[in-house]
Amino acid sequence: MAFLKRIIRLLFARAETVFDWSFGQRNSPLANLGALGWYFFWIVAATGIYLYLFFDTGITDAYTSVEYITHDQWYAAGVMRSLHRYASDALVIVMFLHILREFSLDRLRGRRFFAWITGVPLIWFVYMCGITGYWLVWDKLAQYIAIATTEWFDTLPFFGEPIANNFLNSTTLGGRFFTLMVFMHIFAPLFMLFLMWLHIQRHARARVNPPRPLALGTAISLLVLSLVYPAVSQGPADLDVVPAALNLDWYYLAAYPILDFIPGGQLWLILVGGSIFLSLLPWIPPKKSTPPAVVNLDNCNGCARCAEDCPFSAITMEPRSDGAAYDTEAVVNESHCMSCGLCVGACPTATPFRRATAIVAGIELPDQPMSELRERTLEASARFGDGSRVLVYTCNTANAAALSDMGAQVISMPCVAMLPPAFIDFALSRGLADGVMLAGCAQGDCFYRLGDSWTKQRVAGERDPYLRKRVQRERLSLSWLPQGSARRRKQEFAEFAASLSKLPPRPPKRGSRNA
Amino acid sequence: MRNVARAALQIALYAGFAYVVGYLSFWPRYHYASPDMAVVKVSLSHATNHVEPCIKLTPQQIAELAPNMRRSVLCERQRLPLIFELDVDGNTALRIEALPSGLWGDGLSSVYERFDLPPGEHRINTRIRYTARTDGWDYVYEEDVTFAAGRYRTITFKPEKGGFSIR
Repeated sequence: MAFLKRIIRLLFARAETVFDWSFGQRNSPLANLGALGWYFFWIVAATGIYLYLFFDTGITDAYTSVEYITHDQWYAAGVMRSLHRYASDALVIVMFLHILREFSLDRLRGRRFFAWITGVPLIWFVYMCGITGYWLVWDKLAQYIAIATTEWFDTLPFFGEPIANNFLNSTTLGGRFFTLMVFMHIFAPLFMLFLMWLHIQRHARARVNPPRPLALGTAISLLVLSLVYPAVSQGPADLDVVPAALNLDWYYLAAYPILDFIPGGQLWLILVGGSIFLSLLPWIPPKKSTPPAVVNLDNCNGCARCAEDCPFSAITMEPRSDGAAYDTEAVVNESHCMSCGLCVGACPTATPFRRATAIVAGIELPDQPMSELRERTLEASARFGDGSRVLVYTCNTANAAALSDMGAQVISMPCVAMLPPAFIDFALSRGLADGVMLAGCAQGDCFYRLGDSWTKQRVAGERDPYLRKRVQRERLSLSWLPQGSARRRKQEFAEFAASLSKLPPRPPKRGSRNA
Repeated sequence: MRNVARAALQIALYAGFAYVVGYLSFWPRYHYASPDMAVVKVSLSHATNHVEPCIKLTPQQIAELAPNMRRSVLCERQRLPLIFELDVDGNTALRIEALPSGLWGDGLSSVYERFDLPPGEHRINTRIRYTARTDGWDYVYEEDVTFAAGRYRTITFKPEKGGFSIR
């Protein structure tokens, strides 16, 4: 499984290099797949509402009304119909890319199972919405879908009489089944929306809107496609005539031709079995549990920065329980906490400068306390040889360990955003290094979400805790790259080291263990 | 120059995206059935006889039953399988034994089949058995039917409308 993830990750990394260069990391479609899914959903919903104004829900007039939509009002409803179709298709594309990407980034195991398993029924709902939509046009494709779907459902042992009888010939055709499809095509998206909401419940600040340039670009490309190649019907349905050749929408109907080769029961087994397997992936293999963050009330002043920065809504602010003179205290929900340490990076008490008392932050990861990070920083500084003295703080997934071959001292942690900005000031002001590089994952690639954003904002002085202004920015490098970009990382490091060598040297000062 | 290249690549990627969306939305064309063949659909649902013959209750036996459970005949729930055969020009094209639906095997037995047939006139012979008899058939039907290429013909069975019909 790990090998498969690595291969897919590698392919994504290649594609991301191209997309990042062209769109920029922030606007890259690959970094916004989930948000694009939401965006396409809203396009489909908005165009669907418009189309419903002109659609006749009776089986005898449905086709005629769709023809009116397509041809008589081509400039508005016709374009809407095409957008409705193409945005639905695009939704399938981004949905599967999103699944593959999250799988390759391993963002499904451990306490992250919730988003993954709530995503599985979403796939079924996307297809339910799409297939019922094609049914409503009541053209030859709809006729084929009606026959193939009902025949497939008849392989289940639930129906006393074959439901395919509804589409046996033109005399058996009734409006009731059609009305059911209309009903499903309206209510399935509503339930799907509820599932989408559930899907992101454990994600604080889930990105449900793509960046504006990307939204505009995809909308324009779908609009141009709609104008150049509008969606049209395939002739009226006639249950006495065999729909011999059809233009299938392969995004939604690819499973149907499989029924020509295997019995319907086997297809059910494949799809239901596949869904169950997909749902079990978060536990294949089980993830080693990491201890959740712990609040040290003696050092917690209830500032709520940790709760604000937690990417998984795992921290809430509750009334004070220790009688201290603050209104609230941070409380960690252990079942949501991913042990990313972003809360530690946000804690104003997580400073390495403190000398009077032992360094204990208001919130800490028990297996990686701040005192240890300070110790590691000092030890790393002591190991520097000749040449540029660059301290690299990186995360466990950013693939920056190889920089140690280039003379850097690399300190790894769950996420770069676990590093309180005070550590950068500490390393530079105490002469522990000539430069500090924060080597993390590109936007959308951060294993724990938001790590890159919070770090950038803290460094830029836009988010508490700020990096102090006295820190020379030319001695700090932020490197955000997709996972698997080892070569580019080395290149960025070399450029940074070269730029440091042009700066006046910084003699080590007070670089002792008691710094 | 670099920005122009970036913008050009962006436009190319958007165009590629639109092309992929549009192409697979219609192509490649799928051939569901041969246009040179006729398609026959057989669909029938019938409640077969019970496995054990029903017992006619005497007035005294009926009176002994709880008021809301009174009935004139007492039947075991399970029904017989339905046996259906279809010959085309004297050759057996279908032979199906359909079990009754439901957890207790007391529901309808259904047959639904679809198969291709060369166009032209064919002699169709259909037979059905839904009683406990071991030989012979409860309904037999024979007709010379003309089948047209690219069109459906449906064979149904409704005893209340005279048995089999081919439309």
